[in-house]
Amino acid sequence: MTSPVVDTVNLVKIYQNGAVPVPAVRGVDLRVAAGEFVAIMGPSGSGKSTLVHMLGGLEARTSGEIWLDGQRADTLNESAWALLRRKKVGFVFQFFNLVANMTVADNVELPALLAGASAREARQRRQYLLGELGLTDRADAAPSQLAGGEQQRVALARALANKPSLLLADEPTGNLDSRNTRDVLRLLGEVHRDGQTVILVTHDARVAGLADRVVALFDGEIVDDGTIGMARRRPKATVGDVVELRG
Amino acid sequence: MRPLLMALLAKEPAHGYELKQALEQIFGNAYPSPNIGQIYVTLGRLEKDGLVRVVDVEQSNRPNKKVYYLTAAGRESLDTWVDEPTEGPRVRDDFFMKLVLAPMTGLADRMTLINRQRRHYLALIRDLNELAERIDPENRVALLLVEGAMLHLQADLDWLERCQEDLS
Ligand SMILES: Nc1ncnc2c1ncn2[C@@H]1O[C@H](COP(=O)(O)OP(=O)(O)O)[C@@H](O)[C@H]1O
Ligand SMILES: [Mg+2]
Repeated sequence: MTSPVVDTVNLVKIYQNGAVPVPAVRGVDLRVAAGEFVAIMGPSGSGKSTLVHMLGGLEARTSGEIWLDGQRADTLNESAWALLRRKKVGFVFQFFNLVANMTVADNVELPALLAGASAREARQRRQYLLGELGLTDRADAAPSQLAGGEQQRVALARALANKPSLLLADEPTGNLDSRNTRDVLRLLGEVHRDGQTVILVTHDARVAGLADRVVALFDGEIVDDGTIGMARRRPKATVGDVVELRG
Repeated sequence: MRPLLMALLAKEPAHGYELKQALEQIFGNAYPSPNIGQIYVTLGRLEKDGLVRVVDVEQSNRPNKKVYYLTAAGRESLDTWVDEPTEGPRVRDDFFMKLVLAPMTGLADRMTLINRQRRHYLALIRDLNELAERIDPENRVALLLVEGAMLHLQADLDWLERCQEDLS
């Protein structure tokens, strides 16, 4: 059997707020197999961002273990984490974190170039991703010239530049209108069909609807974890299950 | 279904099967289309209430066709329907009642109820995603219906979270 893409053992994060300890993640065991699409849900403050940041090595754990593709990751130093991310993890931050003094195109191409892609490969991949997200004509802009929703899509394009085997995303549609959300959904669906593993935090019903598994957090603990089936076993669902037209 | 049929008849007189086809054409596969029996039952009730009337139209080599048309009273009733403020769609408060009452009586705990309901909403959303893929992209009405249902589910999910925050 191949190792899970992500495996955490009793993962804990306690922030220190001055002298006050703030337990944000309290003993999470999460195992995700290759190709799964997992939606992490839960109220604000339940530890969702902290969890995915730890999975991406962007926040150090307090205790517990993180294994990625069978490799112990929580004990890595920062440069080893950076190398690991470059090779197989794409991360979409809630607040984008684009490089301010680089163009949109360079922001998206950089990860591919760092990972050893040729300039031509990096450019083609960038053109494809920006095209899919409706951002082709923003390629030469600086991040500061973009609206929030545009920056968010650039952040997604950057995260996907290396075709990461694991995509981690923290509310990747939080700033998008419904049209742009549709582009993002289409791309995420494609990433999933290509067999990449996706773990994303979301409140967005449409995004969560793409997932085959939901993990619900509450107060830093997993309170629900299960696959999402179809609601109706009969083949033809309609909106009548949700809204009833009067009459 | 009454106002829907009356509205279609306000456009032009029609027989039952034509009404069914018109509904299917407008809403596509987004909304469950009534069966022909339900349509005739509703037409019968409208007739009894004096809102529609039926005439037999002779057809060559076929049995007579029953064609329905809207009466003046029907037109008035339809105007009232259009002019009055519209109640929101069904509020599914049944779940909320369970959530409030079940723990009091030891029937279930809240976390279990909330988790089950969340999965149910997510499954409905998956159904809708799949439905949306089958809808003809030209059918704006059907797509808007799906989008509306999606937005309701979004509100349901958000409300679920609020319940979890405040009741747990
Ligand atoms: N850098 C930090 N320092 C102190 N406390 C933090 C920090 N980041 C998050 N927290 C706290 O940790 C808890 C979980 O936060 P977070 O992971 O951001 O939750 P979520 O993403 O589900 O809203 C919250 O109580 C939050 O206030
Ligand atoms: Mg967060």
